[in-house]
Amino acid sequence: MLYREAGDFKTTYREDGQTFPIRLDRTAYFAILAVAALFVPFVINDYWLNAVLLPFLIYAIAAMGLNILTGYCGQVSLGTGAFMAVGAYACYKLMTAFPDINIAIHIVLSGFITAGVGMLFGLPSLRIKGFYLAVATLAAQFFLVWLFNRVPWFYNYSASGQINAPERTLAGFRITGPETQAWAVYLFCLVFVVASAWICRNLTRGAMGRKWMAIRDMDIAAEIIGVNPLRAKLSAFGVSSFFVGISGALFFSVYLGAVEVGEAFGINKSFLVLFMVIIGGLGSILGSFLGAAFMVLLPVLLKNVLVGGLGWPTDLAAHLEYMIVGGLIIFFLIVEPHGLAQLWRITKEKLRLWPFPH
Amino acid sequence: MKKTLTTLALGATLAAGPALAELTFPSLSYRTGPYAANGIPFADGYADYFAMLNERDGGIGGERINMIECETGYNTEKGVECYEATKGEGALVYQPLSTGITYQLIPRVSADGIPMHTLGYGRTSASNGEVFPWVFNYPATYWDGASVAIKYLLDENGGDLSGKKIALVYHNSAYGKEPIRTLTELSEEHGFELLELPVDHPGQEQKSQWLQIRRERPDNVIMWGWGVMNQVAIQEAVNIRYPMDQFIGIWWSGSENDVRPAGEGADGYKALNFHAVGSDFELYDDLEEYVWSKGNAAGAGDQHGTVLYNRGLYAAMIAAEGARKAQEIHGTSAITPAMMRDGLEQLEMTEESMAELGLAGFGPTFSASCENHGGSGRAAINQWNASEGKWEVLTDYIQSDQELIARLVQEDSMAYAEENNIELACQ
Amino acid sequence: MPDQLLFAIEVTLNGLMAGVLYALVALGFVLIFKASGIFNYAQGVMALFAALTLVGIMDGQVPFEHLINAVFGTDIHGFGWEVPALLAILLTMVVMIAFAWAVNWIVLRHLVGQEPIILFMATIGLAYFLEGLGDMMWGADIKTLDVGLPQGINTTIDEATFNMFGYGFFIDNLDITATIIAAVLVAVLVAFSQYTKQGRALRAVADDHQAALSVGISLNFIWVLTWSIAGFVALVAGIMWGAKSGVQFSLSLIALKALPVLMLGGFTSIPGAIVGGLIIGVGEKLFEFLVGPLVGGATENWFAYVLALIFLVFRPQGLFGERIIERV
Repeated sequence: MLYREAGDFKTTYREDGQTFPIRLDRTAYFAILAVAALFVPFVINDYWLNAVLLPFLIYAIAAMGLNILTGYCGQVSLGTGAFMAVGAYACYKLMTAFPDINIAIHIVLSGFITAGVGMLFGLPSLRIKGFYLAVATLAAQFFLVWLFNRVPWFYNYSASGQINAPERTLAGFRITGPETQAWAVYLFCLVFVVASAWICRNLTRGAMGRKWMAIRDMDIAAEIIGVNPLRAKLSAFGVSSFFVGISGALFFSVYLGAVEVGEAFGINKSFLVLFMVIIGGLGSILGSFLGAAFMVLLPVLLKNVLVGGLGWPTDLAAHLEYMIVGGLIIFFLIVEPHGLAQLWRITKEKLRLWPFPH
Repeated sequence: MKKTLTTLALGATLAAGPALAELTFPSLSYRTGPYAANGIPFADGYADYFAMLNERDGGIGGERINMIECETGYNTEKGVECYEATKGEGALVYQPLSTGITYQLIPRVSADGIPMHTLGYGRTSASNGEVFPWVFNYPATYWDGASVAIKYLLDENGGDLSGKKIALVYHNSAYGKEPIRTLTELSEEHGFELLELPVDHPGQEQKSQWLQIRRERPDNVIMWGWGVMNQVAIQEAVNIRYPMDQFIGIWWSGSENDVRPAGEGADGYKALNFHAVGSDFELYDDLEEYVWSKGNAAGAGDQHGTVLYNRGLYAAMIAAEGARKAQEIHGTSAITPAMMRDGLEQLEMTEESMAELGLAGFGPTFSASCENHGGSGRAAINQWNASEGKWEVLTDYIQSDQELIARLVQEDSMAYAEENNIELACQ
Repeated sequence: MPDQLLFAIEVTLNGLMAGVLYALVALGFVLIFKASGIFNYAQGVMALFAALTLVGIMDGQVPFEHLINAVFGTDIHGFGWEVPALLAILLTMVVMIAFAWAVNWIVLRHLVGQEPIILFMATIGLAYFLEGLGDMMWGADIKTLDVGLPQGINTTIDEATFNMFGYGFFIDNLDITATIIAAVLVAVLVAFSQYTKQGRALRAVADDHQAALSVGISLNFIWVLTWSIAGFVALVAGIMWGAKSGVQFSLSLIALKALPVLMLGGFTSIPGAIVGGLIIGVGEKLFEFLVGPLVGGATENWFAYVLALIFLVFRPQGLFGERIIERV
């Protein structure tokens, strides 16, 4: 009853082919977007920005990027952290080399640079498959982090090897650096998130996405029906790395402001983003958002409840937090093995009949 | 810990009532994660000192202290979350105990106007108060540490290190790379050969590095390690029978945690330190009387007197003294972060003031100024006595090569100022 | 002999020994993967948990000490007894078997027949849970593990080689012990899977779940068995690595050292894990010795993967992996 598909008739192909063909989905989408763009900026403060929304938005982009590669094209990657680092260092070098150019352009360019690096490390995917492919991306992970740590050119020869984001403005508002306004930074990231989601959604339901999925489902069969595995796999690596690079650039420039490659972009980051994708749901854009929310928001929420609300000692709370996150992952899996996005799909099925199931 | 969770919960709801004028000191601790073993004693010491002040003196200058503990797990992102969560509560000074979080917070605290004190860690060039007015890193910095270590070796070798070979085993990160520039300069000056041996995080496997040390037989090994890297390095040094008394660690490689797993073999290992060790201070009586005996000791209460517990006490003591100084300067007990900064900037630690606090001879004397946030740059050498299971103080506080370090600090901080368009303070 | 050559031989020998230690960790992964097709992300945390439990039992720690004290306002600090190492190892094994049983009944039973990626994800949840549990049970401080393993340079080899070549080789006693233990462990595992009823059942399950079920083999029992064995291997790995660094959180990161070994040796082959470990150990140590000084050192972490990658390009299924036959 609540969620209705019936009675939603389409009279043109254009209408039928739109992103959200069901009216209710569409309204919900625009309502969320409206709240995110028109309401949140007025109430946002530094805590919500830096502790909740920025990490959520940025990880959502990274998760979308990895989802294209792993969820849509079926290539397991454990190099996300390193590709984020490529985005971050590219952004840093661009920001310091061309200070007059708009920061938004730098971030997009960083994405393209990362795409190039990603395709290079995607080459072994033509030969190595499944879990074994993870070794190629792991090699990228450890090699790139080592490289950024080793070669002083990447961090402009600073004594400590850290990179710091200098202050940059967009249309007169500070976007990077310490003295930013929360709403400006938030909107800046939101634009990137919405644009990324829009591109991802349309890529994955177009010819390119179908090729990726054909490769994922069975690559030999796909090859026989005329999908070029070289182009499909490398394009997936490229597109995926593009988004991961953008998220890395944002992660460095607007979120943290200063990073050290080993700590910020280590193997843990690769695993974290992979967890988001799997928990959210492989092959689902919505799943990327849900997964990012789960992994970013839940610990913050638990911490605030346990320490702030119940006044537990911080160490016990932290240990319990791990146990709860782990327990919830297992619980969700047992309830629905295909991730949060599938859980949402089932909920929709239920809502279609509710409250009159018979 | 006698307080139960239920009473704590009750306390939390009561405390949520009208906020009294309090002095808020956030404690960005880590009791979990890969560095928990080092984070726990520090956080315990930090908490116990403030608890003791509250019980004994009713806080500082009549204002009660509100210490908010926030778990970072040594993770930069969680550190940012903790910073944002606590800064609205009127936090007076941040002490994140992590290089990554420090670098993270330097621009933020400068923008928000909250002082940060990085006790012997963080960014060395922040000791230039002209460029970093909100950051303090006294009493000694990493570059002081490097210089003190070399000075000590000079003394040991009759003032001449030419032709000697010194190996630096370091954590391959911003923290571990700090001393390289200083040591390179010093090696040119004194004519010793510097052998750099990076160890990647986490550092469980160091066979290559120690085989190389065994082959090249450096006269001394200096270590900049943290976490599991320390324990493995010391164990490997024991394994290759490297003479432990020629092995010197920075102050973060010199706690009981680092030497204990190697057992008897670690006997004679040396480490730098900028404060005293052991529990032989009057303050410990007060801690016993007002905190421990009442069952209010932080954590498990089993860290008292360890090196890192003492460091936590020292950090809290400096924060408290900074606040006291600020109250004095501004004539008000309810100080703001900006006043706190003035207090920290004019802080002076003398033998008398430390004795007054029940910590006679606990740390080096120093006085801060607008330009100098790095203290006097003095550190002592400690040595591990495995049979008694304690650290022994081997030397007095040794003065670092101030001329060289001032030059390096100037270079690095000016580069930062230029990159970030910072106007110099103190003019 | 020239010095460089002697050094290279010493590095190679040490690389072999390090490889055995890597293989020990990888073995746990292989066992579980072979029997149930699960890539067990929690293997590293299991090693940590096992070692923590062992030390906790040996030192007479009260489990959940901190939590109990916090909840009930008590002031408990240990039982005050010490348990001999051998008994403690047995007790730890009981805990690990209980753990294997719990994992099977609470988690895996509900996920039978799911895709590998989902089972992988379940082990992620398990890793998180176990990490929190381990810390909460036994505390997060560094614990010294002393089960009486010899450590330090082996003087016999040192002197013998010194007399022969004029340069004494460094071989760690702990590494020699580890090698012997690993050899015994593998021999026992092989004997077990070849000559016992349960072992044969295990191999049958590894070959084909359904066929095994149809001849009356209990999958539940076999899975509890494999997880128990993996728990035991984790305990051995935890002891070996913990002897070096003390038992602490970082022990869970040793899983990273096993990854390239697994990729190289194939997920399904026990000899693969051993040979893979040796190749990775020697490869990364030699590379660090020969090329490391030219590029600034700390190359081991990434070179292990590059080495595995090079092998995989020629043998995509790993050295000893089952040959991939693809049909449409």
